[in-house]
Amino acid sequence: MSGRFGRFGGQYVPETVMNALIELEREFEKAKQDKDFMEEYRYYLREYSGRPTPLYYAENLTKRLGGAKIYLKREDLNHTGAHKINNVLGQILLAKRMNKKRVIAETGAGQHGVATATAAAMFGMECEIFMGEEDIKRQSLNVFRMKLLGAKVTPVKSGTGTLKDAVNEAIRNWVTNINDTFYVMGSVVGPHPYPTMVRDFQRVIGDEAKEQILQKEGRLPDYVIACVGGGSNAMGIFYPFIEDKEVKLVGVEAAGEGIETGKHAATMAKGSVGVLHGMMTYLLQDEEGQIMPVYSISAGLDYPGVGPEHAFLKESNRAQYVYATDEEALAAFMDLSQTEGIIPALESAHALAYAMKLAPNLRKDNIIIVNLSGRGDKDVNTVAKVLGVEL
Amino acid sequence: MNRIDKKFEALKGGGRKALITFITAGDPDIETTYDIVLTLEEAGADIIELGIPYSDPLADGPTIQASSQRALNKGVKIPDIMKIVEKIRLKSDIPLVYLVYYNSIFKYGIQKFLKESKDAGIDGLIIPDLPIEERKDILEEVDKYDIYLIPLVAPTSKERIKLITENGKGFVYCVSITGVTGAREDIETDIEEYMKMVSQYTNMPKAIGFGISTPEMAKKLKDFSDGIIVGSALVERIAKGYNKSEMLQEVKSFVSSLKEVL
Repeated sequence: MSGRFGRFGGQYVPETVMNALIELEREFEKAKQDKDFMEEYRYYLREYSGRPTPLYYAENLTKRLGGAKIYLKREDLNHTGAHKINNVLGQILLAKRMNKKRVIAETGAGQHGVATATAAAMFGMECEIFMGEEDIKRQSLNVFRMKLLGAKVTPVKSGTGTLKDAVNEAIRNWVTNINDTFYVMGSVVGPHPYPTMVRDFQRVIGDEAKEQILQKEGRLPDYVIACVGGGSNAMGIFYPFIEDKEVKLVGVEAAGEGIETGKHAATMAKGSVGVLHGMMTYLLQDEEGQIMPVYSISAGLDYPGVGPEHAFLKESNRAQYVYATDEEALAAFMDLSQTEGIIPALESAHALAYAMKLAPNLRKDNIIIVNLSGRGDKDVNTVAKVLGVEL
Repeated sequence: MNRIDKKFEALKGGGRKALITFITAGDPDIETTYDIVLTLEEAGADIIELGIPYSDPLADGPTIQASSQRALNKGVKIPDIMKIVEKIRLKSDIPLVYLVYYNSIFKYGIQKFLKESKDAGIDGLIIPDLPIEERKDILEEVDKYDIYLIPLVAPTSKERIKLITENGKGFVYCVSITGVTGAREDIETDIEEYMKMVSQYTNMPKAIGFGISTPEMAKKLKDFSDGIIVGSALVERIAKGYNKSEMLQEVKSFVSSLKEVL
């Protein structure tokens, strides 16, 4: 079986899209070997998105916590404000190479939607973004950004009106328009080859971080920590470190109001193996395989599944998966804003929350890298509401 | 002999085409499903697909999505559906197949699902999100229970049709369009060309489904196939909000009008 990570992954999709997936895999493999293609991809990462992003030593935070040194991989400094653009540039270039004129994408928090709309605008492609009705309410700023960029934003009313339903609807649209449409998947999820392809377009995060930490510290970090919804920023920063067994990889899921409350998105902590969105992976589901509603304060982590490679890293014990609650993420959000002058995305604040818990218990010569996957501008409305502030 | 084979043989002898109808089990409720199935048979349906409601039906359009959600809201579970199939079997010998998403089977337990299906009297399974690449696990098991795994082909399948139909049993489900389920006014695919291609690879009976909503459409398509599948157009009628006897009457006259042209 191709496209498997251990028993996870696969291609559980309607027959209609199988030939398109096979063609996509073939074209992606060719493109990866094609020097010109990779050069063009790197050109846009550099000139358009502003890479490499800094690996910033969070000195104030480190000193206050009094333990391990904390470095932040500043993916928030990318064009459009998150790591999502790395993958989008790769896939849009692939779409162009395959002569597709129309791209579609799903989005949760809106970051992937904005990144896709942005790249589609630059490359002159028609763009339609599927977004859950609930998420549209929570992330109205990003909805407006996508519209400004010329994309059509289609609200998804089915199911729970969140990210998983947006993925369903995007896949349905893809099935319908399979001949002229390229589906830009936003995370390391979905049927093969998406989990591999998205990881390969996100590994630039880890490749850079590795080089940067060697330059600054002359050694590899002890911990690499990233938040996990679908898991693309985590897979991107983990992947180049997988063979370096001394580096501990930690994924942080959203525990919402607490994993015992049923209101969370901690797929690895509370899920079981099943099939959703074309992949076999851990899912939050009931005993008959019905997908359960998930909850997190951050729309980007609000997903009942997880990338199949993460499921494999968990099962093979190469990575550890923990969780942080809404409350912990909010505290980290405030803390980083005030100690370092960096407002993180609520998603990234989950990774920070765990790092802040961990750091004081480590030695001063230990090193932690936290993937600061996005900036928090999009979340200020949500946070203001929690704090009871009228904007 | 499996009931599906028997049915196609009998139809062939009589020069008729199969009418395959889809309903969601448990919509509007599980007891009514029993009545609808018997009404469908009475009205001339040859094979009945029972949809097992699922939270994320990827291959379905809005009509069947909503139907699935209504059944789930009623709290319908797989054992309830198995029981209704058992009850139907006391009255009827019509071929029954489940339309079921793979996660429902996987999570329930492949062996358990197949055994209970067989014991209840199910003849086949249509799994819309399980392409040949992923069929190995279940293919090894279905034969033990003499349950047919119905192969699905799409207009985009091309040379894959050979592999798909190789181990297929019962009939080939020919998806008429690139798209999801839902009643349409017209089918854009060149059906003649498409079905000619399918016939190149297999001698199994072929049924066309997705989008067929009227007797006129069924009539146009029947010459290219051995059967016609109607789902959303029927589900729409069940959902219209009549009282039960009016609904069953409506179902009966719609299905009769389809059967008449086949």
